[in-house]
Amino acid sequence: MSKIRFATVWLDGCSGCHMSFLDMDLILLDLAPKIDLVYSPLVDFKTFPDQVDVTLVEGAVSSTEDEEKIRHIRRHTKTLIALGDCAVTSNVPGMRNTFKPETIMQHVYGDAPPVQVIPPLLPKSVPVHHIVPVDVFIPGCPPSADTIVKTLLAVLEGKPNPVPPRFG
Amino acid sequence: MNPATTAKVITLTIDDRSVGAREDQTILQIARENSIHIPTLCFLEGLTPAGACRLCLVEIVGTSRVLPACTTYATEGMVIRTTSPALEAHRRTVIELLFAEGNHICAVCVSNGNCELQDLATELGVSHINLPYLNPTRPVDASHPRFTLDHNRCVLCARCVRVCDEVEGAHTWDIMGRGVDARIIADLNQPWGEAASCTSCGKCVQVCPTGALVEKGKAVAEMRKRHALPKLITRQQEHGS
Repeated sequence: MSKIRFATVWLDGCSGCHMSFLDMDLILLDLAPKIDLVYSPLVDFKTFPDQVDVTLVEGAVSSTEDEEKIRHIRRHTKTLIALGDCAVTSNVPGMRNTFKPETIMQHVYGDAPPVQVIPPLLPKSVPVHHIVPVDVFIPGCPPSADTIVKTLLAVLEGKPNPVPPRFG
Repeated sequence: MNPATTAKVITLTIDDRSVGAREDQTILQIARENSIHIPTLCFLEGLTPAGACRLCLVEIVGTSRVLPACTTYATEGMVIRTTSPALEAHRRTVIELLFAEGNHICAVCVSNGNCELQDLATELGVSHINLPYLNPTRPVDASHPRFTLDHNRCVLCARCVRVCDEVEGAHTWDIMGRGVDARIIADLNQPWGEAASCTSCGKCVQVCPTGALVEKGKAVAEMRKRHALPKLITRQQEHGS
């Protein structure tokens, strides 16, 4: 069996879901022979490759940069998995949605918000599936390592997904 | 319910099972007596059913509309279905609407892990919300010395309104406004801490299914409610303490 081309992406989240992913500990050794990690904040590849079988997305879509990234990733990914509450519900990043982006920028940066480096905020921070189609949802803040590995193995082996856990 | 009631005994069918009941019982009561599970949110034993949440909708053969099991009385020969693809879709939509209409951030909620809305989403397989979130601007009333009302997490089940009126007898709570503007108010739309009728008994907090009514001083996931309170109190009243 050829290796699954596998990627993980970190949008507007706290990286807790990636920590939970690493929390698989020894199971990572079982997973390693099955996957080829082609893009991730955990490795040093700079660009998202053309053909990826499975991508885990952590975080909500909050800026124009996030939106461009996720649209690009969707085009080049067969199975897109929303990992954790930020990707699934927009969660904590979405708590700014009752304020206007300009109000937030002013509150954080004062009268001279940066016009470079910091990507412009979208009007609202939204779940991944509100921008592009998502194939599998894993709620949780963060989802447990056990939940991630069970779902991932089901996807890799083409089996039905296990029952998703609760939000939060 | 008085066991010496003179109500007629009837037979009906729920999910292909023939069951016996009294004609003064609702479909939900009969289903529960027969261990047939119907999801509910606004219903709470010991309080008058409100039919507010629409999760307990069931199909009745010969009736074109779906009806709430908590407020519909059974009749002789009734044939009821508590589950079908259409009913499950209805229930999931109800849950999605509740999540989309308020600001439910489970990860930072005091009721995380002890929330009936969260449990229902899991039970009904709602793993994500397809509807656009409204992200309404809703206030938090922390004027009461012991409790907080967070409108962001309120699902308008009216359990607090009913327990305050029917069990405590104070009738501090009401619902003001309509549709997405509806919200819980204390007395004549005053801050809770200034509501003269409130006895600070805390029953509303204990029956609230989400983190909308909570005790002060609780951190994330620390708020646990005593939902059996009205049932225990009303039973004691019926049997004479």
